[in-house]
Amino acid sequence: MSFFPHLLLAVLEGAVAAATLALTALGLSLVFGVMRVVNVAHGEFYMLGAMVAWWLSQLVPAHPLLGFLLALIGAPLAVGAVAFATERLVLRRIGYDPEATIVATIGLMFLIQQLALSVFGADAKPVNAPFTYRIVFPWFGYSGYKLFVVAASAVLLLCVWWVMSRTRFGLIMRVTQFDRETATAFGIPVGRVYSAVFVAGAAIVAIAAVLLVPIQQAHYLMGLDPLLMSFIVVIIGGLGSLKGSVIAALAIGLLGGIVSVFFSPTFAAIIATLLVAFILVIRPQGFFGAPAR
Amino acid sequence: MLDVRAIDCYYGEAKALHQFSLRLETGEILCLLGRNGAGKTTALKAIMGLVPVRRGSIVFDGTDLTKLASHEVPRLGIGYVPQGRRLFSELTVEDNLRVGLMTRNSGAAVRQHVLELFPVLGERLGQRAGTMSGGEQQMLAMARALCIAPKLLLLDEPTEGLSPAMIALIRRSIVELKTHGVTTILVEQRVDAVLPIADRVAFVENGRVTAVMAVAELAADRHMIDRYVGLG
Ligand SMILES: Nc1ncnc2c1ncn2[C@@H]1O[C@H](COP(=O)(O)OP(=O)(O)OP(=O)(O)O)[C@@H](O)[C@H]1O
Ligand SMILES: [Mg+2]
Repeated sequence: MSFFPHLLLAVLEGAVAAATLALTALGLSLVFGVMRVVNVAHGEFYMLGAMVAWWLSQLVPAHPLLGFLLALIGAPLAVGAVAFATERLVLRRIGYDPEATIVATIGLMFLIQQLALSVFGADAKPVNAPFTYRIVFPWFGYSGYKLFVVAASAVLLLCVWWVMSRTRFGLIMRVTQFDRETATAFGIPVGRVYSAVFVAGAAIVAIAAVLLVPIQQAHYLMGLDPLLMSFIVVIIGGLGSLKGSVIAALAIGLLGGIVSVFFSPTFAAIIATLLVAFILVIRPQGFFGAPAR
Repeated sequence: MLDVRAIDCYYGEAKALHQFSLRLETGEILCLLGRNGAGKTTALKAIMGLVPVRRGSIVFDGTDLTKLASHEVPRLGIGYVPQGRRLFSELTVEDNLRVGLMTRNSGAAVRQHVLELFPVLGERLGQRAGTMSGGEQQMLAMARALCIAPKLLLLDEPTEGLSPAMIALIRRSIVELKTHGVTTILVEQRVDAVLPIADRVAFVENGRVTAVMAVAELAADRHMIDRYVGLG
C-alpha cells in the first residue's frame, strides 16, 4: 500500500480509538467533575455492561440486531441499578469523602470482578455486531460497524453536552459542582443530584460497553484497560472538565491510531503513557482543569 | 414569624453557638452586630440548615426548620446572601438568577421585579458572574436571593468592601423590601452602617445573644455601642 491508503486507515483506526476513549471516559469524567470522587470501579461497570450485552445477545443468537437493541436498554438499566445500590449503601455512608471513596471502590472493583468470574466464568465471550456491513475502499475493506461506533459516540457526547449546558438539570449539576453548600441554600437536593450523576455515569459506561463489546470480547478482567485509559484521558483533559476529557480522547485516539498504523501499537501505548507523565509534570491540573486553589 | 429558641451549634467538638435565641416580627429589619468570630455567620447558617443544630429549635411560620432537610429550608421562602457572596462565578448572571428562580419556581414577574431593583444586571445577563466588579457581584448576590421571592431575607455583611454609593443602593433596596413586608436579618460589623435602617439590634458575643434593643434606645446610649462593638 502507498502513503494515502495508509493514512486513511490510520485516521479510521484513530477515530475508532478516539471514540472508544471518549465513550469509556465520559462517565468517569462526569462523576469526577460533579462529585469530586474517583470511581475506581468504573472499569467494572464497563465490564458488567459488556457481560449483560453478551448474556442478552446469546438469548437471541439468530438475531444480533435484536440482541444489540435489548442490550442498549438492559445494560444501562442493570449497571445503573448496581451503581444506585453502590451510591446508597457505600458512597452516601462515607459522605463522599474522596479518599474513602477510592478505597471503597477498589474493594467494589474486586468484588464485581470475582462475582463476574463465578457467574460467567473465565473464558472470553464474543458478541456479534448488530450488522456486518463492510465499507469497501479501493485498497482495503473496513468495518461499517466501527464507523457506526464513531458516529454513535459523537451522538452520545452531544447529548451529554446538551444536557449539561442547555437543560435545567444540567444547570443543577453545574451548580452542585461549583459549590454544594450554596446550591443547598438555593433548594438543590445535593444528595439526590449525586445519586443521579453516579447512576448516569454508570449507565453511560454501560452503553459504551454495549457499543464496544462487538469489537472486543466480554471477559471478567476487561475492565482494567478502560479504567486506565479513562484515568489517562481525564487527567490529561483536566480533572473535572468534560470538554477537556473529550479533546484529550480525540488527541490520544487519533495520535495512537496513526502511530499504531505507521509504527506499532506498543509504541502508541508508550507515547500515551509518556504524554501523561509529561503533562503531570508541566501542567498537573491538565489542559482544561482549573489550577488547584 | 421567626423564633430561634436556644440553639446549640458545633463545628466538630468546638461549640460555636450557645443557647442562641432570637425572635423576629414580620416586616422588621433586625441587625446582628458582633466582633469577628462571634458567631453571626453560624447563626444564619443554622437557620438555613447548613450547620447542624444539636439542641433547641428554629420555628419559621409554624414549621420547625431543624426537622427539615437543608434544601427544603429555602423553599419555604428564606433567601440567603452568604458572606463573601458565594456566587456561581463560572456561570453567567442569567444562570445565577435562574438558580434563584428555580428554588421556588418563581415566575417571570419576580424576575422582572428583581431586574427593576438592579437594572445594571439586566444589561449584563450574558456576563460571567466572576468577571463583574465587587459591587455588581454583591448586587447579583442580592438579586439571586430575591429571585426566591423571600418572606425572610438573611444578609451576611452585604456591604463588605463596597463604596458609599453602592452601600446606599443596597440599603435602599433593603428598605424597599421592607415596604413589601419582607423580614430581614442583617449581619454587620459596623454599627453606623445599620443604625439608619435597622429596627432592632441584637449583640452577639461568643456565640450568644447578649442584648437586644430598639435602634432608638441604642442611639441614645453610646455606651452600649462602645461596650459591644468597640466602635465610636
Ligand atoms: N467551618 C468551620 N469549622 C470550624 N470552626 C468554624 C467554622 N466556621 C466558623 N467556625 C468558628 O465558629 C466561630 C463563629 O464563626 P462565625 O463565622 O459564625 O463568626 P462571625 O461572627 O460570622 O465572624 P465574622 O465577623 O468574622 O464573619 C468562630 O470561632 C470560628 O472560628
Ligand atoms: Mg461572618
